[in-house]
Amino acid sequence: MHEILIEEKILARNDEIAAENRLALSDKGIYTINLVSSPGAGKTSLIESMADELKKLPVSFAVVEGDLEGDFDAKRVERRGVPALQITTGRACHLDAHQVSHSLQWVFGHAGLELLIIENVGNMVCPAEYDLGEDAMITVMSTAEGDDKPLKYPAIFTASELLVINKTDLAPYTDFDITKARENALKVNPYLKIFETSCRTGEGVKEFATYLAELAKAKRRS
Amino acid sequence: MHEMSITRSMLEITAAQMEANGIHSLKKLKVRIGELTAVEPDVLRFCFDIAIKGTPFEGAALEIEEVPLGGKCRICATEFKITAFENRCPKCGSNEIERTSGHELDIISLEGD
Ligand SMILES: Nc1nc2c(ncn2[C@@H]2O[C@H](COP(=O)(O)OP(=O)(O)OP(=O)(O)O)[C@@H](O)[C@H]2O)c(=O)[nH]1
Ligand SMILES: [Mg+2]
Ligand SMILES: [Zn+2]
Repeated sequence: MHEILIEEKILARNDEIAAENRLALSDKGIYTINLVSSPGAGKTSLIESMADELKKLPVSFAVVEGDLEGDFDAKRVERRGVPALQITTGRACHLDAHQVSHSLQWVFGHAGLELLIIENVGNMVCPAEYDLGEDAMITVMSTAEGDDKPLKYPAIFTASELLVINKTDLAPYTDFDITKARENALKVNPYLKIFETSCRTGEGVKEFATYLAELAKAKRRS
Repeated sequence: MHEMSITRSMLEITAAQMEANGIHSLKKLKVRIGELTAVEPDVLRFCFDIAIKGTPFEGAALEIEEVPLGGKCRICATEFKITAFENRCPKCGSNEIERTSGHELDIISLEGD
């Protein structure tokens, strides 16, 4: 019997491809976001709501949509005049760096792009471990879920730089406590920057879009 | 269930290492899983057992070393286990805590002939 020491990251191969993606995107000055949430928290709605704001600023952006099946989300985004590419993952419950690498040719076909939003498969668990090559992971949670979500799914909250609490318009009708949700999120990840939005009333969407625009412009300058 | 894709990545690395070291039958695989990863040890064990059925890895055992969320105080350098995300040093009460472990997702070693 032999014991062979390996000491390697299990996802080393994904991390390598993610690093290549990051380098290629940075080379073109594109700020990239990995947008994650449980199914239906409002990722696509947030992109739709931000589309006009981002155009006004102006920020040139495109969207890569990850879903198990269908191209419904890409179609929704395209209807807002935003270029969108659909990736279907089949049975995989998350995007990985390899799938994203295949979308880069399409991404780079859009000259002068400043911001790329990758909408991950609706899932609060699996995407946490798969680096895609993004500059920031953004988690969306909605007031239709529990305010204890951060404590139940700490991996995704610690992997994120930003948190968007969406569907604030529904908060009065649920027992979701926004203050409590913020506390829980910051407990799990003290470095989180938190925004509140409603895609229904538009509240907070401009602030969030403006913040993303600043991040993208800052990357351009650097 | 991403534990299945994690398992697949584990077995890819294992196969390459076995080949490189002239190992033909796998007896045991040791991995390290941090508390703050999205990987559930029980689910991983379940996926591993299913994935190796009818393959050259069949019969191998998976040994999981679970690593708790660990912290180190930036003020007094005390190292401790963080429970319930309490970001406070048990010794000096400071909340300037650096997280030192809990994100591991490593393959440690393999045993075989
Ligand atoms: N009231 C209210 N409803 C919202 C808001 N944002 C999204 N919704 C609704 O929530 C549902 C799901 O929204 P989507 O944008 O499709 O959510 P998603 O996260 O992209 O969903 P998946 O891609 O399937 O994971 C839709 O019916 C939206 O109209 C909001 O701020 N307020
Ligand atoms: Mg969507
Ligand atoms: Zn201390």
